[in-house]
Amino acid sequence: MKFRGSPGLWLILAVLLGAGLIPALTNNAALREGLFIILLSITLASSLNIILGYTGYISFGHVVFFGLGGYVGLYLINSFNLLIWFALLAGGLAAGLLAYLLGKAILRLRGAFFALATIGVNEAMRAFISNFPPFGGSTGIALNFKVYQPYGGATQALWLDYGILVALTLAAILLSYAIKTSKFGLGLMSIREDEDAAEVMGIDTPNYKTWAYVLSAILPGIAGVLFYFKNSSIEPSDAFNLNSSIELLVMVMLGGSGTVLGPVLGAAGYEILRGFLLTSRLFKNIQLTVSGIILLLIILFIPAGAVGWLHRRFPALRKVIL
Amino acid sequence: MMILEVADVTKWFGGLRALNAVNLNLPEGQVLGLIGPNGAGKTTFFNVINGIYHPEEGRITFRGRNITGEKPYHVARLGMARTHQIVRPLRELTVRENVMAGACFGRERNSLGEAGKIADEVMEFVGLAQHSGQLAGSLNVAEKKRLELARALAARPFLLLLDEVLAGLNQSEIAIMLEVIRSIQKHGVSIIMIEHVMQAVMSVSDRLIVLNYGQKIAEGTPEEIAQDEQVIEAYLGKPELAKKLLGSEQDDGNS
Repeated sequence: MKFRGSPGLWLILAVLLGAGLIPALTNNAALREGLFIILLSITLASSLNIILGYTGYISFGHVVFFGLGGYVGLYLINSFNLLIWFALLAGGLAAGLLAYLLGKAILRLRGAFFALATIGVNEAMRAFISNFPPFGGSTGIALNFKVYQPYGGATQALWLDYGILVALTLAAILLSYAIKTSKFGLGLMSIREDEDAAEVMGIDTPNYKTWAYVLSAILPGIAGVLFYFKNSSIEPSDAFNLNSSIELLVMVMLGGSGTVLGPVLGAAGYEILRGFLLTSRLFKNIQLTVSGIILLLIILFIPAGAVGWLHRRFPALRKVIL
Repeated sequence: MMILEVADVTKWFGGLRALNAVNLNLPEGQVLGLIGPNGAGKTTFFNVINGIYHPEEGRITFRGRNITGEKPYHVARLGMARTHQIVRPLRELTVRENVMAGACFGRERNSLGEAGKIADEVMEFVGLAQHSGQLAGSLNVAEKKRLELARALAARPFLLLLDEVLAGLNQSEIAIMLEVIRSIQKHGVSIIMIEHVMQAVMSVSDRLIVLNYGQKIAEGTPEEIAQDEQVIEAYLGKPELAKKLLGSEQDDGNS
């Protein structure tokens, strides 16, 4: 299949690449850390959007793929001195494989039942890994600083890690766009709109849903390796924290689920807002409460999110802003 | 050649026998009308043919191939398309995208590019071209019915199952829809249609079968059915009404 981008897509990619390069050009590590979190959220939100926005299945425990990827990656780096490239590959594969198996098992469930099942999977994974000695049980894995040596020391390793994340974010947006404009994507959106009708039209719905889930899991798996490699340690309560899942949902809904630009805007907007809240004395302890209120307001007033609202208000934009 | 052979199909819902040993043979290119009172099992019959329900007994053969127990998407890919009695538009997609989905995933499994061309042709054919870019959810009932038909046609099926495409339409909309159905038949597509608008179904069908309580109680040409005592009693009610229906069928033929 031929790939044709749109001006809107190239603009998003150019802006993100430009922003991503600023810390490197100015050698500003603090800015790098700030952007790291934003880019990470964009990657995760864009990935979640594949199953949530395009396919219409609410994956409430999506952080499980992020956590599992991180665990597999750090385990391989720590125990086998693997280079980060292989760890990234393994983290992505592990997340993809888990999604494939889960897809076969729980994607038959619809609506709230699927959402509940994904929470169950996340909790089960947390309980399992807390009791899994190779992954350090409840204390997790702490990286030996020697693992940063092949990259010329910890400082260099962090810059490399960041560089890979910039590339991964661009890949996440390209993937999201490619799916949205493909026949596969049309099939997914048909499933979202009416799964039974989609099946009658000839769409192999079990397969389509499973692959959508796999595609939405792989990049979070890779991102997990990047995040915890930078973090240098991982533990179960952090890796499988349901709050992160909820925040991801808020980001996708805020920007506009089912659109390419929505999760990007939503993730960036949410992280910037959270940055303010966490540094303000008044709000720092209740930032999750604020996310909850935001989610409530979105569902009540703009269920289609910012981009969806624009589409409704100005139908002509539908073709320009995907 | 028979495009569809249904042999002794029985479907139970708990203790209710929704279909009771129904038989049917449809020669290629024919239009078959399926009539019967509400709850007679007509839509269930469609759901069994296209794989939504699996029958407990019996065998369904489509173009020489046993499709009993196949999934709906397998049956669709073999060249059977259907419309739904209660319209099922993909609301947040445009009309064009709806029709393209039919072309992409049906019998021919076209690429997006091909599907776009087919969608444009089919929308023109059923009279939806001016709504191409609109969201499907924003169409009115008559247009949604036409969208159902367009989506099914875009799959370029061998057999088309129409479930009450005329219900809820006014006289002029029915006339347009009948015109469309006739030209679909001219393209060589076989059709089974469930319909309550008797005058209409009698005027386009080559043959009719009548279901009542899940059982086939009659089969024949429209003339034969309109005179069948059992049918009149079960469904049509008064003999005078039957004569009137038959009369208007002939009027249609003349005009």
